[in-house]
Amino acid sequence: MSNILVFAETRGGELRKVASEAVSAGRRLADASGGGEVHVIIAGPPGVAAKSEVLGRFGADVVLALEHPALGTFAREAIAATLATRAKSVGYRAIVLGFSAQGRDLGPRLAAKLDAPIVSDIVEVESSGADVLTVKHPSYANKVIVTLAITGSPAILSVRPSAFTATEAPRTPRVETIAPALDPAMERVKVTQVVEGAKGRPDLADAPVIVAGGRGLKAPENFKLVEELADAFGNAAVGATRAVTDEGWRPHADQIGQTGRQVSPQLYVALGISGAIQHLAGMRTSKTIVAINKDKEAPIFKVADYGIVGDVLEVVPALTRAVREAKQGH
Amino acid sequence: MKIAVCIKRTPDSETRFRIGASNSAIDESGVKFDMDDFASYAVEVALQMKEKAGSGEVVIVALGPDSVQETLRKAMSMGADRAIQLKADVIPFDGLAVAKALAAELETGGFDLVLFGKHAFDTSEGVVGTATAELLHLQCVTAVSKLEIANGKGSARRELEGAAELVEFSLPAVVTIDEGIARPRYPSLKGIMAAKKKPLESRPAQLGAPRVTVKSMALPADRPPGRIVGEGTGAVAELVKLLQTEAKVL
Ligand SMILES: Cc1cc2nc3c(=O)[nH]c(=O)nc-3n(C[C@H](O)[C@H](O)[C@H](O)COP(=O)(O)OP(=O)(O)OC[C@H]3O[C@@H](n4cnc5c(N)ncnc54)[C@H](O)[C@@H]3O)c2cc1C
Ligand SMILES: Nc1ncnc2c1ncn2[C@@H]1O[C@H](COP(=O)(O)O)[C@@H](O)[C@H]1O
Repeated sequence: MSNILVFAETRGGELRKVASEAVSAGRRLADASGGGEVHVIIAGPPGVAAKSEVLGRFGADVVLALEHPALGTFAREAIAATLATRAKSVGYRAIVLGFSAQGRDLGPRLAAKLDAPIVSDIVEVESSGADVLTVKHPSYANKVIVTLAITGSPAILSVRPSAFTATEAPRTPRVETIAPALDPAMERVKVTQVVEGAKGRPDLADAPVIVAGGRGLKAPENFKLVEELADAFGNAAVGATRAVTDEGWRPHADQIGQTGRQVSPQLYVALGISGAIQHLAGMRTSKTIVAINKDKEAPIFKVADYGIVGDVLEVVPALTRAVREAKQGH
Repeated sequence: MKIAVCIKRTPDSETRFRIGASNSAIDESGVKFDMDDFASYAVEVALQMKEKAGSGEVVIVALGPDSVQETLRKAMSMGADRAIQLKADVIPFDGLAVAKALAAELETGGFDLVLFGKHAFDTSEGVVGTATAELLHLQCVTAVSKLEIANGKGSARRELEGAAELVEFSLPAVVTIDEGIARPRYPSLKGIMAAKKKPLESRPAQLGAPRVTVKSMALPADRPPGRIVGEGTGAVAELVKLLQTEAKVL
């Protein structure tokens, strides 16, 4: 019973980045626990089974495609019921999901349905025994790393986006279509509208570069400077502090920190951000941190790899030009 | 309308943590505790709903040692009507175990709405609310940043990654509360006085043996010290060079 079940999430029919990471984490878990199979459930509108090839590249042995016209939007109750039904009939050592909006909705439901232990938001699997799995989970707003022992099967695990790299372990998966255990058109919570966010920008969890602005930008219109710097990088998302989202300068969805999004990009650029402990909680694991602040004593400089002391309203336009030139030089 | 809010007592977010001698818990000496952030927003949401409706009851539930009574009193001093402590010497790090104990209490309460925080500051798991809903066979709307209840129906806005979702549902339901919806009020002096006389029941939590247990805790490695590249626009060229050659992110 060392097989692993993975849920590979999609949005708008496309696989999300965390889906490949979850498959890859599942592959490594299966290999570490004696070479079981990785079964991946993917749900979406008809045609979504075509993603099997990608799932196979990251180590899926079996792809179970749940196709239904109503699965263009995420149907949490139907998908949770289908995952639970599959897990009950086949029996798995672990079920792996992404720690994303979808995974947060599915994991606890599965745990309750299967009476199975759950740990969400893991960053590492430390060891995998026949009865006990040990995993690492950042807690206390990332300020304490807890190693947890999970007893029993299936262990339900959700993986923090970007914490597990998707590595290739290619194979040609067997593809089966499966029927939903509940009608996806009959969800008790009806989605009436999906409001898409900023066009042409990656999500904060996926973006290799994040440019974030704080109260030091002084006024909402100055976020244009943040946007322009993000455009210069080309692959950047825009974030903000709670001071800024509370003012209504930016939507709450952009908030980074303890009570906002937790991010870990390759490069985090903090503009006019003081570096309050609750903000650091959401970004201190970024690979490289740049800070621009007019106060050389600002706590953000304690975590920043590179700092510039100066007025963001002057320095940012110059930085934008320089980044644009550097990009063109490539 | 009868609303239950489940709250957790957690360390203050300004705490500089130390690991306790057991290596499997934080050192609590000198640490301030309070209601967890998202749960405090949930209390505020419940109170505003009751005030808007002009009637109803807000009941606060917390599982934990006797120290949670202080946090329950705080919620009552904000305006909640009564409180229930599900007594347990330690709160297990097992979200499903906590959810089972809460569900056993909430099942017979006749609540129209049960509110939770999106995740607790300490465990940071986001498991308890949704798992409790599933155990109660109730519909559940997670991570809600706007909530409207009228005529036995709810509508809500949820923030997804890079998008938002508007949803509708009927009551009874479980809702977990996200950032952006409300900030908790401060208790008034009158509220603090009134809270002393409000009912606080305590009974043992029905906790089974936990299947998720803490093996060890550690503080994350400090970031290597950074440096100030320079001042003003004059430092931009050097910064870009470092991003290209040293950090290799450009
Ligand atoms: C329970 C709780 C949860 C919280 N959760 C979060 C969270 O998730 N995310 C979050 O961000 N915060 C959170 N906070 C709030 C946090 O404590 C800070 O208040 C907030 O992060 C400050 O935002 P800021 O850096 O934009 O503003 P400030 O702290 O006001 O800092 C502004 C900075 O800009 C600099 N500045 C001013 N003018 C200029 C200029 N012209 N050029 C350059 N620099 C300039 C100043 O020197 C200062 O350092 C939370 C707080 C609590 C209590
Ligand atoms: N011991 C507890 N007592 C009451 N409510 C709790 C408890 N633990 C968690 N909760 C609720 O569940 C939410 C999510 O917690 P968690 O799943 O641990 O992140 C919290 O914000 C609280 O609303």
